[in-house]
Parts: sequence; C-alpha cells; structure tokens
Amino acid sequence: MALYSDKVMDHFLNPRNVGIIEDADGVGEVGNAKCGDIMKIYLKIEDDIVKDVKFETFGCGSAIASSSMATELIKGKPVSEAMTLTNKAVAEALDGLPAHKMHCSVLAEEAIQSALNDYYSKNPEKKLEGGN
Amino acid sequence: MIYADNAATTKMSELAINTLINTVREVYGNPSSLHSTGQKAKKILEDARVDVASVINANFKEIYFTSGGSEADNQAIISAARLGEKKGKKHIISSAFEHHAVLHTLNKLEKEGFDITLLDVHENGLVVPEELEAAIREDTCLVTIMFANNEIGTIQPIREIGAICRKHGVLFHTDAVQAAGHLHIDVEKDNIDMLSASSHKFNGPKGVGFLYAKKGIALTNIIEGGAQEKGKRAGTENVPGIVSMAAALKDAASRIDEHKEILSKKRDRLIEGLKEIPHSALNGDDKNRLPSNVNFCFEGIEGESLLLLLDNKGIQASSGSACTSGSLDPSHVLLAIGRVHDVAHGSLRLSINEEVTDDEIETIIKDVKEVVEYLRGFSPVWRELVNGEREYIL
Repeated sequence: MALYSDKVMDHFLNPRNVGIIEDADGVGEVGNAKCGDIMKIYLKIEDDIVKDVKFETFGCGSAIASSSMATELIKGKPVSEAMTLTNKAVAEALDGLPAHKMHCSVLAEEAIQSALNDYYSKNPEKKLEGGN
Repeated sequence: MIYADNAATTKMSELAINTLINTVREVYGNPSSLHSTGQKAKKILEDARVDVASVINANFKEIYFTSGGSEADNQAIISAARLGEKKGKKHIISSAFEHHAVLHTLNKLEKEGFDITLLDVHENGLVVPEELEAAIREDTCLVTIMFANNEIGTIQPIREIGAICRKHGVLFHTDAVQAAGHLHIDVEKDNIDMLSASSHKFNGPKGVGFLYAKKGIALTNIIEGGAQEKGKRAGTENVPGIVSMAAALKDAASRIDEHKEILSKKRDRLIEGLKEIPHSALNGDDKNRLPSNVNFCFEGIEGESLLLLLDNKGIQASSGSACTSGSLDPSHVLLAIGRVHDVAHGSLRLSINEEVTDDEIETIIKDVKEVVEYLRGFSPVWRELVNGEREYIL
C-alpha cells in the first residue's frame, strides 16, 4: 500500500517492544476506544535510564507503527532525553505520516509522557533531580 | 490475491472491456452530429438505452445516462424537491444509513428550508414499511430509500415501500447502486418512480451510470449546456462507457439467479466461519442481505490495522473504521444500526464475487481469525475486557 512509507509498514508489520512489563516503574495510557485509538506504555527504569519499554496499542496501522517507533527511540536512553521526545521526531523517524495520521505520533508522545509522569509520581525525588 | 471488495468496485468483465475498446475504436462520432459518423454513435447510444431500460422493465425514454450513481442520486432528489416546493411540499423521508450522495444532498436541501425525516433502520438494518407510512405527511414530496445498503448489504422491502408511496401519491426514489445487476428490479412491479445505478458496481466501466425517471417526472438539470439526454443532462455522451455499461448490465442481469445461488452459499459459509471468533457480531440481517455481502464487528481491535494485515496476506477488504474513512467518526451505517463507536471501529466488510473459490473462502476465515487474534494480543482494550476491567459489548 502506498498509503504509508516502507518504514511505517515495517514497524506496523513487525512492531518492536510489543507487550507488557509486569513490574513496570511507570505506566501511561492515552486515547479512548470511542475515538479508535488507545496506547499504553510500560517503562522499566534503572539509574535514570529507560532499561526496557513495552507497548500495547488498539488502533490503526500508523498508531501501531508510531508506538513501536517511539519505544525504539527511548529505549536505553536517559529519562531526561525520553522526556523530550516529540511527535515530530516519531513521525520523522517513520519517514513521515499522512497528514490525517499525525495525531498518531502525538498520541505516542503523550503516552510516553504519561508513563514518565507516572514514574515521577511514584518517585518524586527523581522529579526534583530531573528539574535541576 | 483474493479480492473481496466488490461493493467498492468490481473488475470489468471481458465483455465490458471488449465492448468498451471496440466502441472507442470504431465509434468516435458525436451523437449530436447529423452526419453518418455521428448518427452511427447515436444509434448505438439509443440501442444501449433500450437494453438498460429492458433490464429494469422501464421504457427507454425513461433512462437518462449520467456520470455515475452519485450524479443520478443528486439529480433525482433535487428534481423531486423542486417539483415538491412548487406545490408547497417541502418534506422528504429517507433513512439514516443512505449513501452520502443522498444524505449530503438532503443536507443541502435542509439548509434551504426542507424538512428531512430519517427513518430508523433498526438493529437488523431494515426500514419498517409501517414506520414509513406513519412518517408520510401532507407536505411530503419524496421518499428516498436505498435498494440495498452498500456497507452491510441489507435489502430493503422496496416493493412495499413503493406501494405505500403510490397510495399516498408521494414520489419514490431508490439508490439501487448496490442492487442493479445483482438483484431483480422491475420498476413497474416494485412501484419505483426514480432509480439510480452505477456501472462499475456490475463489472462495467467507471464514470458512467444512469437515472431512471418515470414518464411525466420533470427533471431538474444538474449540468447545464447542450440538449443531450432530452435536455436534462448536458455534455457529449460517454458513448463507449454507456455502451459498455449496457452490455455489462444485460450480462449481469441474465445471471442474477445463478450468481445468487453460488454467492449466498459462500456468504453463509463466511458468516458461519467468522461467527466462531469470540465477541464478534454480524452487522445487518442475515437473510435479507446481498448474496455477496458479509460485514462483521470484532471487539477490541481497530479496522484499519485489520485491513492492512489482511492485505499483507493477500486479502483485500474494507472497513467502516474512522481511520479508513479519514474522519473522526466510524461509519454512519454502523452507528445507524446501533453499533457504538468502540466496536464500530473494529468492522470488516467482505464483498465477494463468484470468482472467489470455496478454498479461498476457507483461507479468508482462517486469516481473519489469525489477524483478529494477533491484534487482540496487544490491544489494551482486549486486555481490559479479558481481565474484567471493561464490559464486553459484543
């Protein structure tokens, strides 16, 4: 299908980091079933590094590809860096998304932010460090 | 590759292709020209009109060639509205799950001050004739109800609807885009005043269709210009397209019963197989539906990803999810039969043709099962359903 780039199709057909982390340090979920998109991100954080990340997504091809790419972009990175991941970076890494699918990359950014916020709320001291 | 999207469009038949090519090559004249090259084109154009008319038991004078089903729908509805408003009648009855060619035209008329009643199509996707009769008012100028629905394939009680309209002296139009060439249509017996059809839905070429309008109904022009189509549709006629469409329609109409028998068996096997998927549901009545149409909702997944994965396996289908329509809402048809957004996003339409083999039907069942299970495997919605944190809808 020419609807999506090869990169999008690759991440859609072979999504990376699919699944859940039972003892996650941070979990974030955004979207709702009514709109047809839900993304859930699980984070394992050690020494301020995103040691592991998994996702579950209910959504279209670009939502699944965006989730996959976003997890790849933050995996092994410092938390401070993961915090700055933008939807633009996700879309660019996928060699672009159709205009009406850009919200999928926004959802991926928000899901990661939400998981990180959950991590910070459970580890408030980290938030202070992060803020310094 | 299994093409199961025949409700979107069909492959042209060899007959239609050959007719088109031969006509393009041999008959290039303008039917409006007086010389013999023009008159040759005029002759085959009029022969095509007779052929099209005969298939639906109309008179050839009642057939107007158009660019397709949408134009025919627009012209039929606008014409009835203009006739109605001259008599002070500005009420139109339709149904909630019509094609957008009908609904958007009605929206336009509503902004002009027409009153529009959209009948409920209920859970089974069928209009109830008694409810239609109850909705008819003194100022009703038109009833427009589709012959068969394009997404869920439900076949409406057209003859009864037509009879009610006749009884009350109200014009009846039907969008028969999904029905022409697939179901028997007799405009006399079915009490139809106006009917729209599109060539590419019955193995003819794209960009051509026709409007049947019963003798005595004064049409309003949508396209102004020359005096083609008795002055009701300007523009030099698409002679090759029209002649090819007529050949395709005659051919399709001659095989309706044969196709119905073959297809309905395949359809019923598909329905039986897909019903085995837990928390799934067939959309629309299981009996009163096109022999080619299967439409399901699967809980916990989204339709576009389902389509892409099926395409990757060589199965081409369609969905009513928001993501495939490019809008935020899922299919208005699924919403009209009471499917909530959450499950309407997870719909799949398979519209088969007689070329799909029994083995391919089994392949479709197997692959849809696999893909649904795969997508549910990492759907947070499905996880919540399984864990009892969310209630099953289906």
